[in-house]
Amino acid sequence: MNVLADQVFLLARRSVVRTIRQPANVVAPLVFPMMLLAVNSGGLKAETHLPGFPTSSFFAFALAVPFIQGALFATMNAGTDLARDIQTGFLSRLSLTPMRGIALLGGQLGGVLTLGVVQAVVYLTVGLIVGVRLATGPLGVVVLFLFAMLVTLGFGALGAFAALRTGSGEAVQSLFPAFFVFLFLSSMNIPRNLISTTWFRDVATLNPVSYLIECVRSLIIVGWDTEALVLGFGVATVIAVVALALANWALRVRMART
Amino acid sequence: MRTLAVARGVAWRTLHNVFTNPSLFVPSIVFPLFFFVAFAGGLSHVQDVPGFNYSQGYTAFQFVFVLLQSAAFGGVFTGFGIARDFESGFARRLLLAAPSRTGILLGYSVAALLRWLVTATVLTTVALAAGMNVGGSGVDLFGLYALALIVNAAALLWAAGVAMRLRTMQAGPIMQFPVFLVLFFAPVYVPLALLSGWIHAIATVNPLTRVLEAGRGFLAGSPTEVAAAFGAALALAAAFSFWALRGLRKAEVAG
Repeated sequence: MNVLADQVFLLARRSVVRTIRQPANVVAPLVFPMMLLAVNSGGLKAETHLPGFPTSSFFAFALAVPFIQGALFATMNAGTDLARDIQTGFLSRLSLTPMRGIALLGGQLGGVLTLGVVQAVVYLTVGLIVGVRLATGPLGVVVLFLFAMLVTLGFGALGAFAALRTGSGEAVQSLFPAFFVFLFLSSMNIPRNLISTTWFRDVATLNPVSYLIECVRSLIIVGWDTEALVLGFGVATVIAVVALALANWALRVRMART
Repeated sequence: MRTLAVARGVAWRTLHNVFTNPSLFVPSIVFPLFFFVAFAGGLSHVQDVPGFNYSQGYTAFQFVFVLLQSAAFGGVFTGFGIARDFESGFARRLLLAAPSRTGILLGYSVAALLRWLVTATVLTTVALAAGMNVGGSGVDLFGLYALALIVNAAALLWAAGVAMRLRTMQAGPIMQFPVFLVLFFAPVYVPLALLSGWIHAIATVNPLTRVLEAGRGFLAGSPTEVAAAFGAALALAAAFSFWALRGLRKAEVAG
């Protein structure tokens, strides 16, 4: 067990160090969601005048989005780095060592999780500086971080799966627009009950990203909303379990090939 | 005459590359449609915000933004192609072979324009099929598309200036990010009067705000700020022409 833990730690540390050494991989997940938050919270502030809008602060309403958007970036980081390991032959060399496959996956995702926590700290700090106060108080912060880590784990595993199946960093990067489609066709900018276009409301209701955003949003602006929490954690858990299973399977296939 | 011949050759090659390569062509069509769907569909309830008084409805309101956005990014995406030409070494051979190097820039500009016209046609067709209201006459609509055309040229000239100075695909974010900022710091979701705070202050001085408001006026059939909009768009295009030509000279010097 200790050997496995050591292997995971070493690979996680490598994952973190490698990401830190590429400033674009650190800056983009921090700056881009904040920029989108600034633009949307400024431009859509008037939306708070709509009858039934749940808060008077659009910034607080929109603060949930960076947590999910940051996790999408984790997908790219995890996948691209793993694909590079495949392309450079690092994975092939690793397969000749006693390193266990699960340690590779665990290490990679451990690094992504670490960065996910850093992102969450930055997003929450910006929110607090701007004046947002969590309706769920300090305990809500803990739950928010747990949820952010679960979502990052799930999306990170999806990125790892894509990398292991394709072995191409470009292929992983090409997933990014698809994730953006999921983000924009969700309730990211307006509560679902206020979406007046029926087909869009239906798409947003079917879109799992809506529930991830609404879970974070409930912790920030609503309070302890059991339904939102159960749906959010449920969807995030299903994504994480399925993605981890797929990544584990793809890793076995990849290791067998090498 | 030599300039036109070079421009024709560069434009044909650029368009051939774009239209025969789905990974280049498809995103330039799909992304504007996606933004149109996401904004016009998802946020249509915004038209019920007190003070929102655009007569043609939210679909038309967003159409103008997405049309201008597609024009700007049509120019930027063509700039990516210029950077790729430099990175692959093709542009160096082009500089050696072209009897008029200004024609190279002209060729890229014509390609960006024709490429965007295809996107604009698809976008307009989809918007009309979705039931977009059009209050403007033929002359008004000509004004709208003329504004978008100038924005397309300005964005291409900006991106070309960057591509010719840095001569690498890694310059992509530098071409793209300022355009993204200028676009989204305009009144994207609601009219300028409904913005408040820092975003209102920025949007007020943003030259694209004039273009956007005038475009929406054209589509509604009640032109507004026309001189300011064309003045701002033409000033941007003129400034970026100078920027791009200086970039071309720098590329020549770099060999």
